[in-house]
Amino acid sequence: MYLSSVRPRAAGLGRAIGPNVWALGLVSLVTDVSAEMVTAVLPAYLVIGLSLSVAQYGLMDGLYTGVTALTRLLGGYTADRWRARKYIAGAGYGLSAVAKLGLLAAGGSALGIGAAIAADRIGKGVRTAPRDALITASADPAALGRAFGLHRTLDSVGAFIGPLVALGVLAATGQAFDSVLVTSLCVAVLGVVLLGLFVRDDRSAADQPAAPPREMLGLLRDRRFRRLTYAAVLLGLVTVGDGFVYLIVQRWQDLPVVWFPLLAVGTNIAFLVFATPLGILADRFGRWRVVIGGHVALLAVYGLLAFQRGGLAVVIVILALYGAFYAAVDGVLMAAAGPLLPASLRTTGLALLQTGQALAYLLSSVAFGLVWQFSSAGLACALAAAGVLVALPLAVWWLRTSE
Amino acid sequence: MNKVLVAGAATVALAAAAIGYAIYAASRSGAAGGAVGAVTLQTGPRLVFRSTVDGPSYGHLAEASAPYSQRAFTADRCARVYAANGTGVCLRPSTEDVGGYEIAVLGPNAAARRAIPMNGIPSRAKVSASGRMISWTTFVTGDSYTGSTQFSTRSGILDTKANVLAGTLETFTLTVDGRPYQSPDLNYWGVTFASDDNRFYATAATKGRHYLVEGDFARHTFRALRENVECPSLSPDGTRLVFKKRVSTDPAKPWRLAVLDLATMRETLLAESRSVDDQAAWLDDRTVMYGLRRDSRHADVWSVPADGSGRPRVLVPNAESPAALGAS
Repeated sequence: MYLSSVRPRAAGLGRAIGPNVWALGLVSLVTDVSAEMVTAVLPAYLVIGLSLSVAQYGLMDGLYTGVTALTRLLGGYTADRWRARKYIAGAGYGLSAVAKLGLLAAGGSALGIGAAIAADRIGKGVRTAPRDALITASADPAALGRAFGLHRTLDSVGAFIGPLVALGVLAATGQAFDSVLVTSLCVAVLGVVLLGLFVRDDRSAADQPAAPPREMLGLLRDRRFRRLTYAAVLLGLVTVGDGFVYLIVQRWQDLPVVWFPLLAVGTNIAFLVFATPLGILADRFGRWRVVIGGHVALLAVYGLLAFQRGGLAVVIVILALYGAFYAAVDGVLMAAAGPLLPASLRTTGLALLQTGQALAYLLSSVAFGLVWQFSSAGLACALAAAGVLVALPLAVWWLRTSE
Repeated sequence: MNKVLVAGAATVALAAAAIGYAIYAASRSGAAGGAVGAVTLQTGPRLVFRSTVDGPSYGHLAEASAPYSQRAFTADRCARVYAANGTGVCLRPSTEDVGGYEIAVLGPNAAARRAIPMNGIPSRAKVSASGRMISWTTFVTGDSYTGSTQFSTRSGILDTKANVLAGTLETFTLTVDGRPYQSPDLNYWGVTFASDDNRFYATAATKGRHYLVEGDFARHTFRALRENVECPSLSPDGTRLVFKKRVSTDPAKPWRLAVLDLATMRETLLAESRSVDDQAAWLDDRTVMYGLRRDSRHADVWSVPADGSGRPRVLVPNAESPAALGAS
């Protein structure tokens, strides 16, 4: 049932999207409040609260690098195999909630903290593909772009509120980091409760036979999904981690470090503003066009970063373009992929696509870091821009023929 | 409709749990200032430290004399403290930047004389024996090449007499094996001053290596002396450094405290077998002291002989970030 080739007509937002997408968006919003609360205070908690040093943290970081790629695929396949997208997503949300408890219980043990952070990452890895498969199943295929757009908007509203809640709790309790963790745990549990109550899994496919594991790779035999995956991985290879973008802006503008998180906030605002409109545009004018448009914005970001000229106005333009890039790619690629996948392996397919993308990001970030280290940030940005420019024509070809 | 009721009830219950814990945390920590006593930072047979006793004084700068059962507090809540010869430093939450920190320079009566905004999260603090030079190390999130979750460090030095501020030592030039060395991933941490208030020692980290470096504040230079030395701290007589030595790749216990004799460059492992992640300090020329975590809120200051003999013992319970005022 490949409906993506049907040119969608504008349908009523509510009717085309349905309550399940709103419910999933609400769960993501609440969960992101919880997650971003911890992200906002984790460095201070580890360094001031637990006296960890930079080297100790580096050792911890090594513990969970690469863990999520495998768990993501495993979560995706399990969800398909047992027709349990809601339960696997719930397990992922639940694991991340328990991880907050683990952070509290770990005390000063670096291993314990590393394990808790790894559990949180695994939870995130496990839940993402089943959640996106549920969104795909819950919206009119012609309105998938706006369904994902709406979901990502709600998601980033949560990311926006989280740090504010964390600062509020810190101020109210006289810097009690453990109180932030407890609040985050309560919010995460609420997310799981909301998922349990309001998210419905479409189990109508339950009587179909389960796909054997070898069909996971067989997904790539489908020409259109294969081409979409190629395009996603290729574009991932020319996209570097956002930490670099913020770091370059911060150094070039010589911003105080306390401002550093504001750069991510700026990107988030742009993401929030653009996600739903770009989703609607994607439904109307073709998802591949929006994905390509997003990468043109990315090209502009890298170009501006390579020159490193101008004042705060340029920084605001960079953050707006960067947020628009994420809004044009993050949900829209999933909206493009969902209809290409057979229902029995949809979660697996989405997980495969996300894993390919994540591994590509990792590679490009390492390469970018090496160029920066042995040459300069300017050259690294110029090379990244050149990479986007070279990749775009091939990506256009693959994306067009996948739609 | 039933579902909405259940969701509402769950929200109320979870909110109550979070608020209840916050009230408990606030009462335990005490949002108000601690019991302020007569703290002096003048040279004498006393220690200053950060107190981790629960109550309104939690996290405040405190002072005590042996046997350290009585302590006096200042009104300052500090993440890290240090003091010598009438000058103190308290790295504390900023009153202006929500979520930011500042360096409070304390005078002989432990009152803040000035506050300097600081980039990042407080990690280490030191004052030179004369009280003239102040240094700090912070963690900076985002300075990473593999992702935004990793840290890097930034160290700064303030000359309180000449009023010269070096906001980051990354602008100093470093030579390794006699050759100039440059890399964007260079990090410095854990400064300790020599008695001339110009020379100092620190850790320089780059590409997975940790060098002991000797700095010259006036010339803005560093020279690498040795590898695998972190967080050095110079003895009062200026002859030895106590430092963290990486002895294991086991992330649970990577370090041992060791002492380096600067004349012979001989290293001695100390009798403390636990992994110590602190910039140790000297109680006197024969004894070093350091903070060890008990849990996420409490730490004790331990001491151990500096010659590798004896065994560690608790010097001050419920304390960390120690500085001996008699050691100048």
